[in-house]
Amino acid sequence: MWRGEPGSAGRYEHYEVPFEQGQTVLDGLRWIRVHKDPSLAIRFSCINANACKECMIRVDGKTVYACTTRLVEADMTLEPLPNKALIKDLVTEIAPPDERAENLSK
Amino acid sequence: MRVKLETDVLVIGSGGAGMYAAIAAARKGASVLLVDRSLIGRGGATVMAQMTVAVAVGEEEPDHWEHHLADTLKAGRGLCDENLSRLLCEDGPACIREMDEWGIGWARRDGHMAQVHAPGHDRKRCVYVDFLNTGPAVSKTLRARVQRIPEIRRAGDLLITDVALRDGVCVGALALHIPTGNAVGVSAKATIIATGGLTRLYARNSASLNMGGDGYALALRAGAELIDMEFVQFFPIGHLAPRLVGMDPIMWDPFRYKLGGRLLNAQMKEFLPEEGRYVSARDVATYAILKEVAEGRGSPHGGAWLSFQHCSEATLRGAFGPVMDRLATNGIDLTRQPIEVAPIAHYHMGGIRVDTDMRTSVPHLFAAGEAVGGANGANRLSGNAITEAVTFGRRAGLRAAELAATSKLAAVPEGRFAGSKPKLNPAAAIVELQKVMNTEVGPLRTQAGLERALEHITSTKFDLPPPRHGLDPEWLDLHDFRNMRLVAECVTRAALARTESRGAHQRQDFAETSDAWSKHQSIRLVGGQAQLDSVPGT
Repeated sequence: MWRGEPGSAGRYEHYEVPFEQGQTVLDGLRWIRVHKDPSLAIRFSCINANACKECMIRVDGKTVYACTTRLVEADMTLEPLPNKALIKDLVTEIAPPDERAENLSK
Repeated sequence: MRVKLETDVLVIGSGGAGMYAAIAAARKGASVLLVDRSLIGRGGATVMAQMTVAVAVGEEEPDHWEHHLADTLKAGRGLCDENLSRLLCEDGPACIREMDEWGIGWARRDGHMAQVHAPGHDRKRCVYVDFLNTGPAVSKTLRARVQRIPEIRRAGDLLITDVALRDGVCVGALALHIPTGNAVGVSAKATIIATGGLTRLYARNSASLNMGGDGYALALRAGAELIDMEFVQFFPIGHLAPRLVGMDPIMWDPFRYKLGGRLLNAQMKEFLPEEGRYVSARDVATYAILKEVAEGRGSPHGGAWLSFQHCSEATLRGAFGPVMDRLATNGIDLTRQPIEVAPIAHYHMGGIRVDTDMRTSVPHLFAAGEAVGGANGANRLSGNAITEAVTFGRRAGLRAAELAATSKLAAVPEGRFAGSKPKLNPAAAIVELQKVMNTEVGPLRTQAGLERALEHITSTKFDLPPPRHGLDPEWLDLHDFRNMRLVAECVTRAALARTESRGAHQRQDFAETSDAWSKHQSIRLVGGQAQLDSVPGT
């Protein structure tokens, strides 16, 4: 999994998560935050309904929703979206420009 | 870095209530700032709602809002704030028709809005958008509307951390810009809390990440009152197994509306007097399933079986079209197998105490939607949540704009976080709290269990440390944990005090409904402590 922040070189870190049939990449990421490293940044809202569309990341080079991509019993490579500004770790700037606080006039 | 923003009306939360409030306020001439800790119109409960909206439009058969009100009051087990219930039922048709004009696409039959019969209603009253698309359609319609109104500015990724007060009057709010960690002060002439409910407090829930009771915590710390906090509705047939991804766990509800379905125990026998019809009220079904589980007749994962095996492939596809393909990708074939369901925390009847103008007890602070308590009493009628969101949002937006028109902006005081980082993994602490709440403050409660929960909840106290620069996931979890603990304490204290069973509040040690308890409990913070008071029923 790619970890890093804007301005840093970033690094790939290796995590092992328990495999349970049917679990998703988001389940695995949430497991890491609870059991290994709460500083891991991921973005999601609806958790499992595929309604919020916020958990988009790259898994093995493909852009997917973490909440609907199943874990497999093998290495998976997780990265932030390459075409969006990085915020931290797997989180990128996906809000429409006119819905960002920094773009508001006073 | 501190950023300052100014607006006539600040709306916190961009679900159905918040977006409708923004539209209504702008229509009245106010400038609006609509903020959400998630993306605009994406987080929150509305976008996840897959079922129906109860409204007396009378298109399927003659109806009147008074009939809807009668059903709402009956479902509320004698504890509805009738004025708020009336507002929901009376204003519902106008909002639903307005959204129809905005192109929401309510399902139609023979040229009129299709309305289905849902449990607890005396007639076909519930409109919907196919297929399982009601909430997303409401969200999308309101979002498109909001985007077209120049008076409404929108900001996602903005977490409101506290209501700002001057001399006890709300003058806006303090916020954190999540991606940068910047402090933001929002000066507002009127502020509306539309942050939804608290179902994230429970391990088994249909919540999004945003439903940790933020609005209740904001209101409490600002000095406002909460009411009916003990009434958390568990939805009886939340999806349990096999693992289903990409679908809301509430999805079996519309299946039951359209197709009936049979709820079965481990012996494959119906244990409710339904005979394949969807007629049991939510609280009744929840306790019946838990009773089967407790007596060793539950399904393998600790719930009940739900079977649609009486339906042909053609019937299922006719009713739910592409949803059948989504089920197939999850390995589920309803013609061949039942699925497992169990009660999950779904909605909170309690909330911020308001009058029919959505005013809280703090001047210039309003609330709307699920964040408001009282309209649904001790048990919410199926289909009333989105109706509540849009009607209360509309009223709050209108009244906030009227107030703003005669008010002046005041400077927002500096806020700061001065605590030190507690030694805990906040993500793990939240999971632990959710487990305790589910076990001890869930659908079945006892004094001993509630006391255990209270001890757990109050065992860790901390003040928030300053957030670090940039996105700080640990700080966000700490923020959520702090709010969730405060709100969990309110639910638990109210549940402990109510020594009776009524609607969604069931005490195993006080199984009967008591006339003496035909009253509400309010909660406010006094010297930092949650204090309960009795409020007579209406």
